[in-house]
Amino acid sequence: MKKLEVFDPAMCCSTGVCGVEVDPVLAQFAADLKWLEENGVAVARHNLSQEPQAFASNPAVVKEMEAGMERLPVIALDGNIVSTGMYPSRQQLAQKMGIAVTSEDKPAAKSCCSPKSGCC
Amino acid sequence: MALINTQTRYLFFTGKGGVGKTSLSCATGLAMAEAGKKVLIVSTDPASNLDEVLGVDLSQAPTAIPGAPGLFALNIDPEAAAHAYRERMVAPYRGILPVAAIQSMEEQFSGACTVEIAAFDEFSKLLGDPAATAEFDHVIFDTAPTGHTLRLLTLPSAWNEFISSSTGGASCLGPLAGLEKQKALYAATVERLSNASETTVILVSRPEAASLREANRTRGELGELGIINLMLAINGLFYTEQRDDAVAVAMSQRAAKAMAEMPEALSDLPGTTIPFLPRGTVGLEALRLMVHPEAAEVPTKPVETETAMPPGLGGLVKDIAKTGHGVVMTMGKGGVGKTTVAAAIAVALARKGHKVILSTTDPASHVANTIDGKIAGLTVTRIDPAQEVAQYTQEVLEKAGKQLDAGGRAMLEEDLRSPCTEEIAVFRAFARTVDEGKDGFVVLDTAPTGHTILLLDAAEAYHREVMRTQGDMPESVRELLPRLRDKDYTRVMIVTLPEATPVHEAERLQGDLNRAGITPHAWVINQSLLASGTHDPLLAQRGAHEIPFIRRVADDLSQRCVLVSWLAETPAGETGLSQVICD
Repeated sequence: MKKLEVFDPAMCCSTGVCGVEVDPVLAQFAADLKWLEENGVAVARHNLSQEPQAFASNPAVVKEMEAGMERLPVIALDGNIVSTGMYPSRQQLAQKMGIAVTSEDKPAAKSCCSPKSGCC
Repeated sequence: MALINTQTRYLFFTGKGGVGKTSLSCATGLAMAEAGKKVLIVSTDPASNLDEVLGVDLSQAPTAIPGAPGLFALNIDPEAAAHAYRERMVAPYRGILPVAAIQSMEEQFSGACTVEIAAFDEFSKLLGDPAATAEFDHVIFDTAPTGHTLRLLTLPSAWNEFISSSTGGASCLGPLAGLEKQKALYAATVERLSNASETTVILVSRPEAASLREANRTRGELGELGIINLMLAINGLFYTEQRDDAVAVAMSQRAAKAMAEMPEALSDLPGTTIPFLPRGTVGLEALRLMVHPEAAEVPTKPVETETAMPPGLGGLVKDIAKTGHGVVMTMGKGGVGKTTVAAAIAVALARKGHKVILSTTDPASHVANTIDGKIAGLTVTRIDPAQEVAQYTQEVLEKAGKQLDAGGRAMLEEDLRSPCTEEIAVFRAFARTVDEGKDGFVVLDTAPTGHTILLLDAAEAYHREVMRTQGDMPESVRELLPRLRDKDYTRVMIVTLPEATPVHEAERLQGDLNRAGITPHAWVINQSLLASGTHDPLLAQRGAHEIPFIRRVADDLSQRCVLVSWLAETPAGETGLSQVICD
């Protein structure tokens, strides 16, 4: 089983609604991860403010953060970093995973912005 | 004599700020301790003055009260608890994660939710786990002002519901991470609150219509939460048969009328009445007098009342009117008359021909009632949290929900049900209202102290957030904090009463504001019996006790200080509110 790990920046919630401005990309990404799970991918998501241990115990992720906090989110597939600083679209995720996106799976919103960290 | 006659292990005192919850908690605890019980008093009020009332420095662990064997007290300071919580979460990663990562973590733990969670966590440890307080016969909670109390009480059921219905797993538990582990403890807390054989909730009220109305509202809300073992304590009932002193007659009649018109559901509750006491309730001696008021001595000769009196509100309002626009905020602990002062200033400015908006952020406010008629140029608005949340939710769903599939939308909706959403929604409304001060006057009566500070803290967090993100922020939000700090745009009035605790509280509030870069424009000392000119021996004695507090405010604490007399008639409507403004 493939394992996808997401290392999010410090934020209050995974959809970002607690921030100053709602980021639709975050809401879509959360839904996309759920879709991946339904397609047999093991997904683990870590938020810096809630699970710092997951970051600290992963030297590659710490190295990315040392290069700049904008490198978050870091996305790793089976332990290898496959993406930094952006939330990939469903299409991009599927490609990395080798999963076919069928016509039933609504294409996701384009993702190009860096995540907005936000909390209350 | 037992002040509060109940056998339950847990007692909660609840009521609007300033009704005397802390004094009653302490007097009840003292009476129980003197009857041979071992008693713990706990304060969960962010603006607690338990230390002051008991005359001892308290911590988060039970401290024995000198001079009162068997009596112990502790303070849950939500800010301190939040700080400890933040340290617990962040400290292990210093030196392991990059500095920037640590900073971004700390920022996330500086918000209002963290304070709420941390406070509730402490509260649950005491209430949810009987072993934590096993050595005590009674545990008395001097709870925070009503809005905050209710939030503390309603949160767990909201959370329980939230946790059990959460399907996404990765949803907005935010700083509530670890909450699921605490689920059993929180469930026990809720259970204990609604168990009549274990818990009594005492509604504390002044013998005043507004205060009783508030108590009745709380009664209803607690009932909805399944908390029905309630008692009523009327604090400070004044009665005189004299007919020659207008102030004394008015005070006596007003109290009698309020008591007679008390909602039936309230008067049916068992309870107690504490008479008006001429001295404060600070210190064990004063607390004993609450239990044994018959022991209080009524002075026979007139008391010394010579002091230089600060001017009335008139001059201050005139100077504000000259500036033509801006925001006036009345701040202070609940019950000091922020709404009345705000409404009086708004009415006075409108009568001078200005366009004025009077807005309240206190959800329990009756500000609309205090202005009966329509006054030209004056608009009354209120920031209603429930309504703001609904509006915000709709806005978010329209904006972000459209592009989402069903799964994404469900998750977004779920996150919108989180406790943070209310803070955000109210904050936006607050920013919007402040923005309207560009063109005319906006007068805001802010919510009780603790909440107000949280609001300003949220403003600060927002400000930092805004500086960093590129998002299309509303102009009003981006400009909020600079505006609050601009003394030509925002004039903060600290409202207080000429008594020990309110002045002390207001002083702390001023300190908090200063740290946030806000300098109060003036202090308003409200409801002065000394200024009322009463000759009633009891009331005049209380009036004389005001002098050191008036002097402290006028001479040491304020840039500018005004004094408002206790008024024989509750100021309401245009005419009533105009009485508040004197030269």
